[in-house]
Amino acid sequence: MSRRRHADENDGGQPHKRRRTSEPVEIEDRLESLICRVGEKSTSSLESNLEGLAGVLEADLPNYKNKILRILCSVARVLPEKLTIYTTLVGLLNARNYNFGGEFVEAMIRQLKETLKSNFFSEAVYLVRFLCDLVNCHVIAAPSVVALFENFVCVTQEDDVPQVRCDWYVYAVLSSLPWVGKELYEKKDVEMDRLLSQIDGYLKRRQKTHVAMLQIWSAEKPHPQEEYLDCLWAQIQKLKKDRWQERHILRPYVAFDSVLCEALQHNLPPFTPPPHSDSAVYPMPHVIFRMFDYTDAPEGPVMPGSHSVERFVIEENLHCIIRTHWKERKTCAAQLLSYPGKSKIPLNYHIVEVIFGELFQLPCPPHVEVMYTTLLIELCKLQPGSLPQVLAQATEMMYMRLDTMNITCVDRLVNWFSHHLSNFQFRWSWDDWADCLTADPEKPKAKFVREVLEKCMRLSYHQRIVDIVPPSFAPLIPANPLFIYKYEDENSSTLPGYNAAITVGNAIKNRASNEEILTLLKDVPNPNHEDDDDEGESFNPLKIDVFLQTLLSLAAKSFSHSFSALAKFHEVLKTLTESDEGKLHILRVVCDVWKNHPQMISVLVDKMIRTQIVDCVAVANWIFSQDMTHEFTRFYVWEILHSTIRKMNKHVQKIQKELEDSKEKLEKQHQKKDSGDEEDMEEDSQLEEQIERLQEKVESAQSEQKNLFLVIFQRFIMMLTEHLARCETGGTDLNTPWYKNCIERLQQIFLMHHATIQQYMGTLENLLFTAELDHHILAVYQQFCSLQA
Amino acid sequence: MSSHLNALNSDSYIEISQYRDQHFKGNRYEQEKLLKQSSTLYVGNLSFYTTEEQVYELFSKSGDVKRIIIGLDKIKKTACGFCFVEYYTRGDAENAMRFINGTRLDDRIIRTDWDAGFREGRQYGRGKSGGQVSGAHRRWTCVS
Repeated sequence: MSRRRHADENDGGQPHKRRRTSEPVEIEDRLESLICRVGEKSTSSLESNLEGLAGVLEADLPNYKNKILRILCSVARVLPEKLTIYTTLVGLLNARNYNFGGEFVEAMIRQLKETLKSNFFSEAVYLVRFLCDLVNCHVIAAPSVVALFENFVCVTQEDDVPQVRCDWYVYAVLSSLPWVGKELYEKKDVEMDRLLSQIDGYLKRRQKTHVAMLQIWSAEKPHPQEEYLDCLWAQIQKLKKDRWQERHILRPYVAFDSVLCEALQHNLPPFTPPPHSDSAVYPMPHVIFRMFDYTDAPEGPVMPGSHSVERFVIEENLHCIIRTHWKERKTCAAQLLSYPGKSKIPLNYHIVEVIFGELFQLPCPPHVEVMYTTLLIELCKLQPGSLPQVLAQATEMMYMRLDTMNITCVDRLVNWFSHHLSNFQFRWSWDDWADCLTADPEKPKAKFVREVLEKCMRLSYHQRIVDIVPPSFAPLIPANPLFIYKYEDENSSTLPGYNAAITVGNAIKNRASNEEILTLLKDVPNPNHEDDDDEGESFNPLKIDVFLQTLLSLAAKSFSHSFSALAKFHEVLKTLTESDEGKLHILRVVCDVWKNHPQMISVLVDKMIRTQIVDCVAVANWIFSQDMTHEFTRFYVWEILHSTIRKMNKHVQKIQKELEDSKEKLEKQHQKKDSGDEEDMEEDSQLEEQIERLQEKVESAQSEQKNLFLVIFQRFIMMLTEHLARCETGGTDLNTPWYKNCIERLQQIFLMHHATIQQYMGTLENLLFTAELDHHILAVYQQFCSLQA
Repeated sequence: MSSHLNALNSDSYIEISQYRDQHFKGNRYEQEKLLKQSSTLYVGNLSFYTTEEQVYELFSKSGDVKRIIIGLDKIKKTACGFCFVEYYTRGDAENAMRFINGTRLDDRIIRTDWDAGFREGRQYGRGKSGGQVSGAHRRWTCVS
């Protein structure tokens, strides 16, 4: 078998499909396969496939009932985009075997309880929806679903529970109504009206402080970024007005109505929502991302309105498809493009909107960012005649609205666009964006283009960027990433330290040891002291300049060269940066010499943290220092800060895990121990000592972590307060581009590290985010608190 | 609470390929074990001009890169179209296999594959003239 051919065709993935169908399989695997694959492309109709499958499963029930139950419960949970196919299947089985139907319903309720207890709230929604659709298949009686809904809505009356808990139960009810609203209203309209009125009351009184922090655009036009429950409520209201007529959802059970209506129905057992507990982690609220409307698709089917239930169902299904297939980009793209009912909707627009919606989701996208880039490329490959145009249109629209786009989303847009372009020879109609040249260079459009070109350069090289943009774009082209050496040539011979730099340079070239270098450096005078009374061991910025500038200049050729240099002279660097000032200065020097090469600055800072030449707090202080004022709105600076915070978080997690593992080990030992065995007791006490040590380590790491956040927030508060005070006294508008950048970067810290910051909220509130703070700044903190409130 | 359904747990982009390093010190079983745990990737079909910086930028998109070793012509000691990328975690390497493999770097479609782990000496091409073994796709023909 020639893998070479496969590699060319498949771009690296999915060769197994050709092998699998010809291998013999056990009956159980076959059942799994049959059930999972029903609904896929086939020469027969869906109805006849379902009919056939129901027959096969019915015959296998005596021997494989539990297996079939398990498979069906699983697909209900993990294949929500095929919901109605599987509810029809269950309906057919129930019609043939009433007991099986009952057992299935019970198994589903058990599964629902488990998923709720385990915090799998998305999957729980799919289960609720599945149970609701079973009403349409005559498996479950409508009144018992209404009773379930009543119990759900009761949660909104609970005292002292987080709003996000009540939100979920309301969402579970509302998001099932497109499927089952009609049936429920036909059977129990009075009860349903009462339910909806209770929900209305809840929605009116719930807090929406979080919305501002989660919106991708701050402007209301052209598309308001609605809170998800508000949008869904509007959609359900409209559906109700339309008397629950819903025409988009594929409903295979309709074709089987004569069979299904003969079936006996089951009642749902009474279901009480599990009480709130501290370990419960409810889904965070989100905002509905909209960028297209019916005016955007130039020809063909019209896009359903933003408050139509069709829009909700389409978006739900597309999100579910991505959720199921995200790991396999070819399958994912194919599944998205073969969405049932696609001929009636501008599918490409929906797909692009849903994908960007996920990419820009705040606080975080559901999947790793690079997945979306690659998925869009696959989609372009499969629809080369139409999708690239929609994508270009989307890009153009987002460019035009950059002024009000949340900075975290701008970051992601820069990353996506530059990576995308690098796959298409950087072809773009840059001239269309000439307006960014005349505007203030600090404004979002000019900054966006500059950052995009910077990232494009990182994926190619400087001359390439010069070649791809029109000459008028020259001011926005990034600098040629060359090293800047202070002691470059004879012109710098009058600089203090010049001679020392030459000496050190020669020593390094002659493979001097760390000791020898340190000895040489002793002779470098300290500009901060009149005399070196303490053998020159206090902070000496000139020593750092001389050594580091020279070292990095000799190692400037590549990342590897620079890393080797840092490793080789680790001792010298540790000595020079013992003090906090030393750490700050080393960062300053790195930035000075590599000012034109932000990527190099990032990797060097990363290396220096990992090798403990600097610590995380030093990096934070450096970013907020005077020297970095000019760079403060540059994208790379925030990449460095977030990377630094992540390293700190990973460090804490690592030690916590070590502690957990040791505790588990001790537990296990206790369980199997015979008391009094000396060897065991010694092992025990060693383990206990280790646990104590690790406990201390964890506490110290957490303290460092807390301190890092305190420093960062403190600095933000200082900068913002200063700006706000200055604007007030000067009577100027506070909403400068700088201010927008700064306040959104503060938001970004909260959003990107919300789970970690939650632990320290008490301290933050007591020390920093107090009532005396300017309300602009306090608002950000309050928005953050409301995310899990 | 995974689905436990084999039919739905397909993750074909991260499967190990047929390639086995003939110079690997150990048996086939040991090599496969390492491949299945590895966080190191072999990257092929690079341009000879592709730099470490470009590789860093691209592969950082799936996670923090620990180290990059550019493949060299054994004789000329110049880049000859392949490299190794080491991640700190397997998960990040898996995402590279899923989303960076088969996309472009420096206008060329690059290929990634699991590697059992970098050892000194493996950065040199093993072809007769010092570069890669003839045919950029050598790594993707079945050798077992």
